[in-house]
Amino acid sequence: MTEAIVEVKGIGKTYDSGVEALRDVNLSFPKGQLSTLLGPSGCGKTTLLKIIAGLLPRNAGQVLVKGKPVDGPGPERAFVFQDFALLPWASVLRNVAFGLELRGEPKEKREEVARKYIAEVGLKGFEHRYPAQLSGGMRQRVGLARALTVDADIILMDEPFSSVDEQTRRKFQEDLLDLLRHHQKTVIFVTHSIEEAAYLSDQIALLSPRPGRVSKIVRPNVDHSRSPDEIRRDRGYLDTVDEIWGMLRQYV
Amino acid sequence: MRRWQIASFALFFGLWELTGRWPVSPAFPPFSNTFLALIEMIRDGTLGKAYLITAQPLALGIVLCAVAGIAFGIGMGLSRAIEWLSLPVFIILQAAPMAAIIPLLTYMYGIGLTSKVLAVIMLAAPVIVMNSYKGIRNTPPSLLQMCRSFQGTRVQEVVKIVLPHAAALVFTGLRLGLAMGFIGIVIAELLITPTGIGDLISYHSSTADYPKMFATIASIVAVAAVSLHLLQRVELRLFPRD
Repeated sequence: MTEAIVEVKGIGKTYDSGVEALRDVNLSFPKGQLSTLLGPSGCGKTTLLKIIAGLLPRNAGQVLVKGKPVDGPGPERAFVFQDFALLPWASVLRNVAFGLELRGEPKEKREEVARKYIAEVGLKGFEHRYPAQLSGGMRQRVGLARALTVDADIILMDEPFSSVDEQTRRKFQEDLLDLLRHHQKTVIFVTHSIEEAAYLSDQIALLSPRPGRVSKIVRPNVDHSRSPDEIRRDRGYLDTVDEIWGMLRQYV
Repeated sequence: MRRWQIASFALFFGLWELTGRWPVSPAFPPFSNTFLALIEMIRDGTLGKAYLITAQPLALGIVLCAVAGIAFGIGMGLSRAIEWLSLPVFIILQAAPMAAIIPLLTYMYGIGLTSKVLAVIMLAAPVIVMNSYKGIRNTPPSLLQMCRSFQGTRVQEVVKIVLPHAAALVFTGLRLGLAMGFIGIVIAELLITPTGIGDLISYHSSTADYPKMFATIASIVAVAAVSLHLLQRVELRLFPRD
């Protein structure tokens, strides 16, 4: 097995309201792979992702990135938000370059990098549009491009496709796989869609709800080098979907 | 759309003309007489002179509110301590019937410009402060998290996210503040000492020159409506709605 780039050890999280969201979560995320946190709503998967991102404080445990414990956000991790988190008053170009703007990169340099990634996510020609002029799928491509510009090794994605319609989502998933493998990113991905998890992932961590714990780790036996349509008819893919559903149905 | 607006005005002025000619009250002049009185007052300069006087405390009050009120509202939005100290004051000010407080200003500050400026400020400040405060407070949490996730500093967060996000609501607050300022200045000119527009209204009322009195009232309504409408257009130009 490849080495782990992110590890979480004994993570516990209780909200101020007294709700225990996570208890003793132990997981490792292999370098260069796409790992999914999957579970029913309320299982704390987004909470766990935000703790890994350093956006939420934890009550117990440790987050290790490249072997070192971390306590806040860092340049080796970039986050893609469920609601896109784009600046409505800024163009696509400025939004994509915003991570670099915060780091104080000069305007010319950061816009050059941003243009490159805008083209890679398929938004060439939209540089000077505003988020309100884009569809949900396109907005999330902006969010993804922004995460790629800062050149983080680890991309954290919080249900990035949940507000994107079904057709757009499939195309986006395929593009995402291509892009991330090409750049050799490590991805930690939160979703509640079993199909999405089985289709995208190298590793799926199933979380059980209230309090969230890791109930099982599944490594789908899917050959990602094959075409998307082949994968969706593949035996291994379909078996993985069935296996996960068999375990998840007890929680719903 | 435009055609209906014109039709609506025509209907309103027509009804005004009709009810004015009805022998009910001699104190209610028909539209035509009022309109002629308005033309006369514009031509002999009385209206212009009156507006110059009225505009002074209004402009002073609004400018003071714009500078101090916006700064204060932003402070309330950014600092829990300032919020805790001053939010109740502004909530009460927003609910208080200001016309009852204006005579108090006369006792404290006399009948001069100060009292009138204060009257404008007391009406306009709460909505300007509260809108700035809400604009700051309503920053979407995910934008703040986004800034933190890219290691943005607190200063960057305020300058690049919180303030630009609040700008639209701040501007709306200014527009609503000006609307309140118009109310404030007319109340002040009627209740404190008759000057400017308030003087024209009370003078023509006392000499029973009702067409001129109505013309003055109609003119201040029109001036307020047109200036607020223009401000709203500027607002939509600067901050397009999604």
